[in-house]
Formats: sequence, structure tokens, C-alpha cells
Amino acid sequence: MAVQHATVSQTKKQNKKFNKQHKEALEAWAFIGIGFLLFAAFIVYPLLKNVQMAFMNYSVNPNKPSTFIGLANFKKAFIGGGILDESSKFYLALRNTLLAVLITVPGQWFFGMILAVVIEALSKGKMVYRFLLYIPVISDWIVVAILFKYIFQDTRGALINSILLNLHLIKEPVMWLQNEWTGNLVIWALCIWKGIGWVMIMYTAALQDLPRELYEAAEVDGATKRQQLFKITLPLLASRTYFVIISLIIGAFNIMLQVMLITNGGPMGKTDVLLNYMYNKAFSSFDFGYAASISLVMGVILILVSLMQKKITKNTEVQY
Amino acid sequence: MIKSRFGQILIHVLLIAIVIFSLLPFLNMITTSLIPNAFVLPSEPQIIPKQFYFGNYTSVWKGENFSRYFANSVFVTLCNTIFTLFVASLSGYGFARLNFPGKKLIFNIYIFSLMMPAVLALVSQFTILQGLHLVDTYKGLLLLYVSGGVAGNTFFLKGFFETIPRELEESVIMDGGSKWTIYRKIILPLSKPALATMAIGTFSGTWMEVFTALTVLKTQSKRTLPIAIKLLQNGKATQWGINFAAAIMVLIPIILIFIVFNKQFIKPGGNQGAVKG
Repeated sequence: MAVQHATVSQTKKQNKKFNKQHKEALEAWAFIGIGFLLFAAFIVYPLLKNVQMAFMNYSVNPNKPSTFIGLANFKKAFIGGGILDESSKFYLALRNTLLAVLITVPGQWFFGMILAVVIEALSKGKMVYRFLLYIPVISDWIVVAILFKYIFQDTRGALINSILLNLHLIKEPVMWLQNEWTGNLVIWALCIWKGIGWVMIMYTAALQDLPRELYEAAEVDGATKRQQLFKITLPLLASRTYFVIISLIIGAFNIMLQVMLITNGGPMGKTDVLLNYMYNKAFSSFDFGYAASISLVMGVILILVSLMQKKITKNTEVQY
Repeated sequence: MIKSRFGQILIHVLLIAIVIFSLLPFLNMITTSLIPNAFVLPSEPQIIPKQFYFGNYTSVWKGENFSRYFANSVFVTLCNTIFTLFVASLSGYGFARLNFPGKKLIFNIYIFSLMMPAVLALVSQFTILQGLHLVDTYKGLLLLYVSGGVAGNTFFLKGFFETIPRELEESVIMDGGSKWTIYRKIILPLSKPALATMAIGTFSGTWMEVFTALTVLKTQSKRTLPIAIKLLQNGKATQWGINFAAAIMVLIPIILIFIVFNKQFIKPGGNQGAVKG
């Protein structure tokens, strides 16, 4: 009798617990529902549809059906052939995207970090410098892209040519935007110039967050400045460094507007990057299927980068 | 730390040189916008304005219809900021305080999606809007904007909401109040700094957004400022005075926000990456 009673109350309790969980889940969905629906409908579904489109000759015209064409879009990008060889343009865009990551990420990181350290060492005027150096960061990409196109014009009176001529570093004005490597250089310079301030602020925050007790303790134990730098400061800055580097890498893969406005890939696609190439394929050539396949290639590259990053951060977490 | 007076002066000189180098292009831009008919580049770069001619500004504002585009931009940006604040604060509260099956999975998908450039989904997003007959409408544009902001902003607000002590909610629970009351009476009022940071980030991000707007909006009178500038480049690329007058008009609200809220931008750890283009 008593045993039976106990089981009944136990199931009642479980029921109650179940109901409570059930109720909480319902309440939770009331809160996250709208956001999740929007996210699923306009972010996840498009990304999945993008995968499907990559294997199709997608027709924008609703009256003309889209056809499944297997790997033809990828073949067009990776192997090429035919009269209009898209493959060479794709490889140029891929090369420039990877080069942009390899050059602008260390560039922004190095200068930004140095600036953070140097400004932190000042006794006066820290905020003024930070404020002024942050102006490029907040400015519109579209504005600064037009601005860089202007200062890198090929005439004598354009800002950069004029400075270089006056310093006697060049004899004739350089045609910056008409050549492959100078064009790429302008795009990289813009990315670095605009990103330095952001890195600076990230490191300023990290430097100010360093626990002072640790240094005091180290001092008491007789650690030299040099030992403090290598045993305390650098390891503690490591986790912030990974965050900064990953953000910069994502940012460098995002390069598009700069290219579109400054060179639009010219001459002959030699300064093009993947996103701009994809956008033009979709909205200028209306080759949506091909554009979707380029977008998928880019997505796979980014997933690989994020997996690599996960592996690295796992090995180097620092705790204090 | 460098203590010597000489060292300090040396750093100041170096930093002033860097600041000048970094801001020289902006001076060049402002001065060029104040010169009449700057079709052809002058023989010397113009750094300090020698005259104050505002003809470029009036012709952009009236002749190029920028007053209309400015109003469009204000409308779209305000709508998106309000909707995003609403949706993200609800979601953030749900993830910070409530338990439900699949919570971890959904949250990880949100974080994962932050890796992907927004432009990557744009081609298929466009075809979806086409299917819904929402191309060339603000409704379609705002749906894409708000949806695009869900993951990042939920992540940001969840982090902040979790720092609010749970004990503060107990008074509401004692009174038999619901989760909705907690959200409205406790969480939102205590999260003003985080909500403000997020609003500033969303506002400036939307104000400067180019590709989604360029893809969705087709009618000229519906254009927002950044695409108006982009399209001005197509027709009048060499009229630098006009181009820069337009560019400065887009930049002014952003610079004003920056000056007023610069603590929010420069504050350590505040809005990590929220304003990073």
C-alpha cells in the first residue's frame, strides 16, 4: 500500500516536472520564435537553396524551367574550356582573395598592435589619438573606396602621385588603377588603412584588462621585465589575438565593394576577388547557377578556415 | 612604460605624423567638394580649402534628388533598428534564461552563420524574394536586414543578459508575474547600455549597407543613400566635386554618432566588431 502510494506520488512529481519543462519550452519559443523563423526563412533556407542552385542551370524567368546539370557549373570554374574561358577568371579571383587574406591580415594586425602599445605608453593625449585614428574605421566603405580611387588617379595632381613625385621617389606619375599589381596594391592599402584602428582598439582593451596583481606578484618573485613580457603579457594577449586574427580573416574574405568601385576587377579580371566575381556573374550576366556554385566554393573555404581555427584555439586556451 | 621626456616627445611626433598621413585623404576629399566643377584633377592636390563653394552640395541635394534618398535611408535605417532591437532582445532573453530542447544546437548554428559573408546568400535570397513578389519593396529589404541581424545581435545580447543577477527577477516571480513581465520590467531597463550599443551598431551598419539594397531595390525613387552614391559613380564618375559632396552627406550622420557616442565605440570590449564593416 505504502509502496504503491510512493510510486503514484513519484509519477505525479515526474508529470509535474515534465509539465514544467514543457511549459518553459513553450515560453522559450514565444521569445525566440520570431527571430528563429526569420533566420530559418531568410538565412538558412537561402544557404541551402544556394547549394541546390549550384547544380542547376538556374532560370530567373519563372516561365522557363531550371534544369539540373550536375557538376557543370563547377567544371566551368575549375577546369574551363570552351570559347569563353571562365576558369582563368575564376582562378584569378580565387588567387586575389587568398592574397588579400595573406597580405591585409598581417598588415592590419601588426600596425594596429604596435599603435595600441605605443599609445598606451603615453602619459597624455591617449584618447585624442585613438579618436582620430578610429575615423577611417567608422567611415563608409563606399566613401573611402571612392576616396582611394581619387587619391590614386594617374595624374600628377592626384594626392599619392603628387607626394611621391615631390619626394622624388618616382619620375613619372604611376597609372595605379590600370595595372595588375598596382591595382591590387591600392585595394590592399585601403583595407589595411581602414582596419588598423579597429585592431588598435581591440588591443587597447586587452592591455587595460590585464590583471595588475599578476605583475605585482611577479615583481615580488623577482621576475625581470623581459620575463614578465614573455611569461605574462604575451600569453594573456593570445586569446584576444585569435579573436582579432579570425575577425580580420573573415573581413578579408568579405572584400568586394572596394574592388567593385576602384577597379571593378580590371584590367581583365586581374584584380577581381571571389565575391565581386560572383556578384557580377549573378546580377550582370544573370548566370545564377554559376554564381551559386562560386558562392558554395567560398562557403566551403570559410568552413575549412573555421575548423582550422577551432583546432588551434583548443590547443592554446589560456586561463587565469 | 616609457618615462623619459624625450621618449614621450618622440612618440608624439611619430603619432602626429601617422594621424596626418591617415587623415590626409579626408582633407583632400572635403576640399575637393568645395571647388566648383572639379571635372579634371587640379595640378596640385587640394588639402586646405581656399574657397567655400557649396554649389556641389546644393546640386547633389536638389538636382540629384539626394533629399529623397536621404529620407529613404532614414526610414529604412530606423525601421531596421527598431525591429532588430525588438527581435534580438526577445531572442537574447530566451537564450539567456529559458531552457528548451535544441537550445544549444540552434545557438551553435547562429554562431556558425556569423562566419559567412552576408553576400554569400544574396543570390538565393533574391530568388526567394522574387518568389514572394517582394523585389523592389522596403518590406523585402527589411526582411533580409532583420533576418541577417538575428544571429549576431542575439549572441551579443544573450551575453549581456546573463550578467544580470537572477535575484533581481525574484520580486516579479513572487508577485506571480510572467516571463514577459520579467523581460519588460527587469531585463530591458537594466540593459540600456547594451541595447544602445547594439542600436548604434545596427543603425550605422544599415545606413552604410550597399549590396542588399542594390540588389533588392530597383525603382530610382526608392534608392537609399549608399546605392545612390554607387550609381552616381556610373554616370558622373569624373565629377569629383559632386561625388564627394554626396559622400560627405552620407558620412555626416555617422561622424556625428561617433562624436556623441565615441565612448561606446572606443570603450574596451564594448561592441566587439559591431561596427566593423
